[in-house]
Amino acid sequence: MRHGAFTAFLALITGITLAFLAIPIVALFTQVPLRDVPDLLGQPVVQDALAVTVRTNLIANALILAFGTPAAWFIARRAFPGRALVVTLVELPLVLPPAVAGIGLLAAVGTGGLFGSALRDAGIQLPFTEAAVVLAVAFVASPFYIRQAIAAFEAVDPTLTDAARTLGAGPGRTFWRVGLPLAAGGLLAGWVLAFARGVGEFGATIIFAGNVRGQTQTLTLTIYEQLESNLDVALAIGVLLVILSGGVLLSYKILSTWRRSSSTSPSAFARTSSASA
Amino acid sequence: MLRAIAGLRRPDRGRIALGERVWFDSAAKLDLPPERRSVGLVFQEYALFPHMTVRANVGFGGEARVDELLERLRISHLAGERPGGLSGGERQRVALARALARDPDVLLLDEPLAALDAHTRTVVRGELQDVLAELALPALIVTHDFGDAAALADRIGVIADGHLRQQGTAAELVAHPADAFVAAFTGGNLLPGRGDGGVEVRLDAGGVVRATQPASGRVGVAVYPWEVEVALDAPADGVNGLPGAVHGLAPEGGRVRLRIGDVVLERPAEEIERLDLRTGTPAWAVFPPEAVRIVALE
Repeated sequence: MRHGAFTAFLALITGITLAFLAIPIVALFTQVPLRDVPDLLGQPVVQDALAVTVRTNLIANALILAFGTPAAWFIARRAFPGRALVVTLVELPLVLPPAVAGIGLLAAVGTGGLFGSALRDAGIQLPFTEAAVVLAVAFVASPFYIRQAIAAFEAVDPTLTDAARTLGAGPGRTFWRVGLPLAAGGLLAGWVLAFARGVGEFGATIIFAGNVRGQTQTLTLTIYEQLESNLDVALAIGVLLVILSGGVLLSYKILSTWRRSSSTSPSAFARTSSASA
Repeated sequence: MLRAIAGLRRPDRGRIALGERVWFDSAAKLDLPPERRSVGLVFQEYALFPHMTVRANVGFGGEARVDELLERLRISHLAGERPGGLSGGERQRVALARALARDPDVLLLDEPLAALDAHTRTVVRGELQDVLAELALPALIVTHDFGDAAALADRIGVIADGHLRQQGTAAELVAHPADAFVAAFTGGNLLPGRGDGGVEVRLDAGGVVRATQPASGRVGVAVYPWEVEVALDAPADGVNGLPGAVHGLAPEGGRVRLRIGDVVLERPAEEIERLDLRTGTPAWAVFPPEAVRIVALE
């Protein structure tokens, strides 16, 4: 009987927790008439923000993949002194408050910053430009990708890359033909997380890039700005981002299941994803 | 050792060369990367690429001979399969074909039969024997099993504790084991004892064994199971006989392995039946002095 009472207690607590997590999402959809959402999203201010968000995130994600993938391969496949420190450094932005990330970027490349005068002499102005949004997104989102990519590359059986080498493939071909395809599932999962984090970026952006419509104002910044002037627009953007985030989460889950069922030998993939997801 | 030859592990010092071509020389600071050494390495667990078909696996090292190799190793029907669904023997053939596709100058096989169960092992060993015989290619095989080595190799080098103990054909190793390790590795009984300069060795476990060569100090008497006979009564003078109870009877095909005291021997099954040998039957392990090898004990 006491057993049954405890189960009921657990069920109640679980119910409260779920309600707490679900109510804001539900409220978003009830507070704005759904058939008005397309119109609200069609407003120029939203369209501008959408354009800025898409542009900056495309570039930032391209940079994350282009730099993060080789770096993760290097870190994953090599033992070198200070490796643990390097991995920790990569993960630091994950736990850093976004506002700190923003002020850090400002301190690095802003006027009077670490590289401020050098950049000014070169005629480059970064803060409060679209490039600043790209940097802010890349800074906060890349660790999500790199971390997962390191785990995915570590899970590739070193015997397989050794085999590739003895079959005449140099280090480059071994990476393209063996390392990359075998880690692809893990890389994709990591990228999905990085993408979601990038689209939701707010704190670092507003400090480092400002909130200039058509230049640095992303969707999340527009929500903030429209709170006072037009709450319905803010809510509509909220609905859009919920749908986007839900889609991202769903594709991440589908990807993880698919990787688990389709990968033949490296069951380590599944372990990796569940451990770090 | 094979990883060092293939260039996957750097030896502390030494020199690795195939014919005229030097691959590694610690003195000359020369160390070619694996892809520049003409080796075909077959890994112990085969290390097939799980994301590629059999054809792509074989073609990874070189496209030119893929069809020929698939044909030759009888895996053409598996060309479109992924390695995940193949049996151990099939995987080995794919790994072999893949290693050969690069047209290597030497084939390296790391424990090629260790990943297989006992039944498959015999079959695959025979197949491997045929393939190696067909290839006009030097092959280096690492194995912990003397039976595998004897079946697959022309020459055998016995390495223990990082040292090469003996080199020779399987028959030579059995005929003249250089030391106790080689005698035991090649399947011999090793009975420790003490010699006093004559041809007789007093065994630690009791009894005296006569050899054809003199022995002094701590020595091992090596006798191979197939050179030992079984008798119910003590043998005539001049023939060695060690008494003991029969135990550990294990039929293998038409023959039976058994132990009499400390001695392992192998006899035809019908003889065991005729003599009515059972566990506990008192008997003699009998062998002539010519069957006795004296080896040093470390």
